[in-house]
Amino acid sequence: MSTDTHAAHADDHHHDDGHAHSTFSGYMLGFVLSVVLTAIPFWLVMSGALPSKQITALVIMAFAVVQIVVHMIYFLHMSPKSENGWSMMALIFTIVMVVIALSGSLWVMNHLNSNMMPMHEMTGMK
Amino acid sequence: MTVAVNPSQTGEPVFYLADEHPHPEGYSTSLGFWIYLMSDCLIFAMLFAAFGVLGANYAAGPAPKDLFELPLVAVNTSMLLLSSITYGFAMLTMQQNKIAQTQMWLAITGLFGLAFIGIELSEFAHMIHEGATPQRSAFLSSFFTLVGTHGLHVSCGLIWLVTLMVQVWKFGLIEANRRRLMCLSMFWHFLDVVWIGVFTFVYLLGVLR
Repeated sequence: MSTDTHAAHADDHHHDDGHAHSTFSGYMLGFVLSVVLTAIPFWLVMSGALPSKQITALVIMAFAVVQIVVHMIYFLHMSPKSENGWSMMALIFTIVMVVIALSGSLWVMNHLNSNMMPMHEMTGMK
Repeated sequence: MTVAVNPSQTGEPVFYLADEHPHPEGYSTSLGFWIYLMSDCLIFAMLFAAFGVLGANYAAGPAPKDLFELPLVAVNTSMLLLSSITYGFAMLTMQQNKIAQTQMWLAITGLFGLAFIGIELSEFAHMIHEGATPQRSAFLSSFFTLVGTHGLHVSCGLIWLVTLMVQVWKFGLIEANRRRLMCLSMFWHFLDVVWIGVFTFVYLLGVLR
């Protein structure tokens, strides 16, 4: 138990200079995962392997999300512990802002289009 | 350290520390830089939102299907991915205090980044030559703004990279240079993360539409 806390402390201290997990195997694992996660969506779109476009779109978006997480962990060395959790807090705040802004913009603007009065009705209203 | 005196009602002075206790230089640089990256992330999110709203408004002009060449985008993506891993190697050799190898990996990273910018610019030039200029349609305006902003970031990263190579060459791997290299590392990997969004949402979903 005491060795455990010691290890955790050493880890904490190491996190302060920001490049805690930089190891060759970590970078290589991240790189291989990224190559696979990039190659599959390109292949799916270029070959049209999946029958429906909607399914292909959902699958490649899922691949993008997974690859972003891989980059965050293996290249940007994000962890809940780095900078005593402050960088994770900043990240979560940013993600919340991005989700609100993106989904809000798309939602509102799409509805704006469909709620627009059709052209022929508009001309008849004069 | 300054000590301020605040006379209390009883006449007895109350002492408290007016300054924060000192931090070593660069103590909070990486957190501060991370917060800058997050604000940059918001800029890109707004550009993605603009592209998401306007991306289908072709104004009877060319659509993504007519313009984008996925093999070229795949090559471009691999350039950026390779530059990410070579920057990782630069960071690893930096930790082992191998100046020459660090410089070599930084140079290779720079070449991959240069290749990325070169391919992107030639793609832009090709599109503009075909009449697909930013003025042509809302889709093209938002496309050039989003992808161009990313390209501008990579170009700035390249300038920064060369600057740091000169710094390391002149002063060696001193503490300040390590800190700067770490910031650039975060910047460079962050741009790769943004590119994941670009090739997925702009190129792949565009061609799919």
